[in-house]
Amino acid sequence: MLLSKTTFRRTATASAIAVALSFGSVLAAVAQTLNGAGATFPEPLYQRYISEFQKKNPDIQVNYQGIGSGGGIKQLTAETVDFAGSDAAMTDEEVAKVDRGVVFVPTAGGPVAVVYNLPGVTDNLKLSQEVLPDIFAGKITRWNDSKIAADNPGVDLPNRTIKLAVRADSSGTTFIFTNALSAIDPYFMGRVGANKAPRWPGRPIKGKGNPGVAQLVKKTPGTIGYVESSFAETNQLQTALVENKQGQFVAPTIKNANLALANVKFNQDFRIDFDKLGNPAAGYPITGLTWMMVYKQYPEAAKAEAVKKFVEYALTEGQDLNDDLVYTEIPEEITTQVIETVKNTVGAGATSGSSR
Amino acid sequence: MQQPSDPSQPTGRTFTADNPAEPVDLVTIEPGFWLDQGFTWLLRGFAVATVAVLAWMSWIIFQQALPAIQTFGWAFLWRQEWDVGTLTFGALPYIYGTLVSSAIALGLAVPVGLAVALVSSENFLPQGLRSALGFLVELIAAIPSVIVGLWGIFILIPFLLPFQEALFNYFSWIPLFSTEPFGPGMLPAGVILAIMILPTMAAISRDVLLAAPPALRSGSMSLGATRWETILNVLLPAGVSGILGAAVLALGRALGETMAVTMVIGNSPYISASLLDLGYTIPAILANEFPEALDPLHVGALMYLALILFVITLGVNMLAVLLVQLITQQGGPFNR
Repeated sequence: MLLSKTTFRRTATASAIAVALSFGSVLAAVAQTLNGAGATFPEPLYQRYISEFQKKNPDIQVNYQGIGSGGGIKQLTAETVDFAGSDAAMTDEEVAKVDRGVVFVPTAGGPVAVVYNLPGVTDNLKLSQEVLPDIFAGKITRWNDSKIAADNPGVDLPNRTIKLAVRADSSGTTFIFTNALSAIDPYFMGRVGANKAPRWPGRPIKGKGNPGVAQLVKKTPGTIGYVESSFAETNQLQTALVENKQGQFVAPTIKNANLALANVKFNQDFRIDFDKLGNPAAGYPITGLTWMMVYKQYPEAAKAEAVKKFVEYALTEGQDLNDDLVYTEIPEEITTQVIETVKNTVGAGATSGSSR
Repeated sequence: MQQPSDPSQPTGRTFTADNPAEPVDLVTIEPGFWLDQGFTWLLRGFAVATVAVLAWMSWIIFQQALPAIQTFGWAFLWRQEWDVGTLTFGALPYIYGTLVSSAIALGLAVPVGLAVALVSSENFLPQGLRSALGFLVELIAAIPSVIVGLWGIFILIPFLLPFQEALFNYFSWIPLFSTEPFGPGMLPAGVILAIMILPTMAAISRDVLLAAPPALRSGSMSLGATRWETILNVLLPAGVSGILGAAVLALGRALGETMAVTMVIGNSPYISASLLDLGYTIPAILANEFPEALDPLHVGALMYLALILFVITLGVNMLAVLLVQLITQQGGPFNR
């Protein structure tokens, strides 16, 4: 009783403050509100963009909810948000369902770390381009397999079953990971597939979200999984060095991810063909990008202007924040093109669908 | 006991013929009457609204599940594949996981809950200690399930792992323990659920035991029965329907529990006799996949699962209501 009373009071105070704050900003200036939702991977980055952006543009209120890439696309299609975030850019089929049109804005990238839990093994395991897809396709099932041992001389590998730890929810991180492994190994592509909810072999343990997988790996000896690299760092997980096309074993650092993304060819609409990114010549081979997706048409000119301002901020000053928050930057030649495209195509227009 | 002159007592009901001593004031009856009527209708409105919400929810779930019902029909209930990529869905592993994890929970919570109920209703311990014990057990119900889940991942799974490994090493010839333990799995999920439903089980059983008329106990004691014999042969049999009701209510809670189970069951949809294997429950897959479900058939399959869970829990709750009715109608030693 005491507990619930305190909680209630706290909630009430918090909501009162929130209401006061939002009314305050409404009163201060005629606010334009932009609501976004989608991928959880760039959420910390977008929150930082938003707080910095609002210092400069107090009349524009931006909100972003990390509900997952698929959820973001769903809400953009249902026209319940003003922009969406996704680690897997929408497909042509998905774009066709959006009457107001979609512009793709790549904002950041990041490496996906291969993490494992092997008590007694202190060195970072080296996993070759042959071994890694085999583990996740169920061909290699024990830690002391000769193929793993060959790349890790001197490491005392335990005779344990390899347990896969993967995502329970359909996920952009899974999309990046399976695309990279599919580009390396055709067998993996056929057996598991390159998508957000693939057919994993055997009986993988599944966790919800990056934090869920990180906790499973941290607490379950014998597991191997994949998480966005910042989660590997914050949870102090053992991280594998993954072989790239040049035969180097590289760590999932921002520097290596930037190397991998340096030669990425963006399509005309700033999406990328994952089969081209899949096995980059240099850097860390499992690297992905994340997109903000905005409408071409907004019901009001003021809203379209606000969107343009926010996109421009994210791709200019915002990019300088990426490195601090452990995300890769988008190459400048691309960002200038994206800003140009957004300026030219996004505007107020007659909407055929319902507007909010 | 009656103190009609007490000014602190509510006086609204005293303007009746039963109280001829009070002067009947026609002028003041009028507003009170409308207040009464208004309040009655307000309550009726709330009651109807509650039922309407239930009907509304059932309708929405059914409507959303319709694509899956039309595509898979009854076969959905016993199909086992679940692949979002090819849009093939089957519910059996989820139904199995939900029922098995809840059964483990019930198997653990009923004896422990009964023990707690007995200790806190009998006078083994001083009164202060008994109330404290009962209160603390009921406090478990106030812990948010996410917190219970985190505790499960960080404390319970590492704690149970050596036991699970021992079970596998020495008893793997029993199908129940025939697979290598992962850490997360059906057994830890059952244990977590048992902890979560313990308060329900203990609190209701305790009330049932406390409601036993003292005459029963004194009668048993005076015939020379020991306390143990009194508990085992008189108190528990007399309260069996109430205790059964408690168990069914606890089961209802276990079936619908989402977050804590999702965090410790491993989320792998397979049917395995082994309790050490991974599992998946209906609430867990709803929590995991619903936010990201795009295809109407995928959403439909999830809603179909929700409908199945709805039917299962509704059945369990109706069973509980029937049992409670049985106790009150039969009267017997427990009619208060």
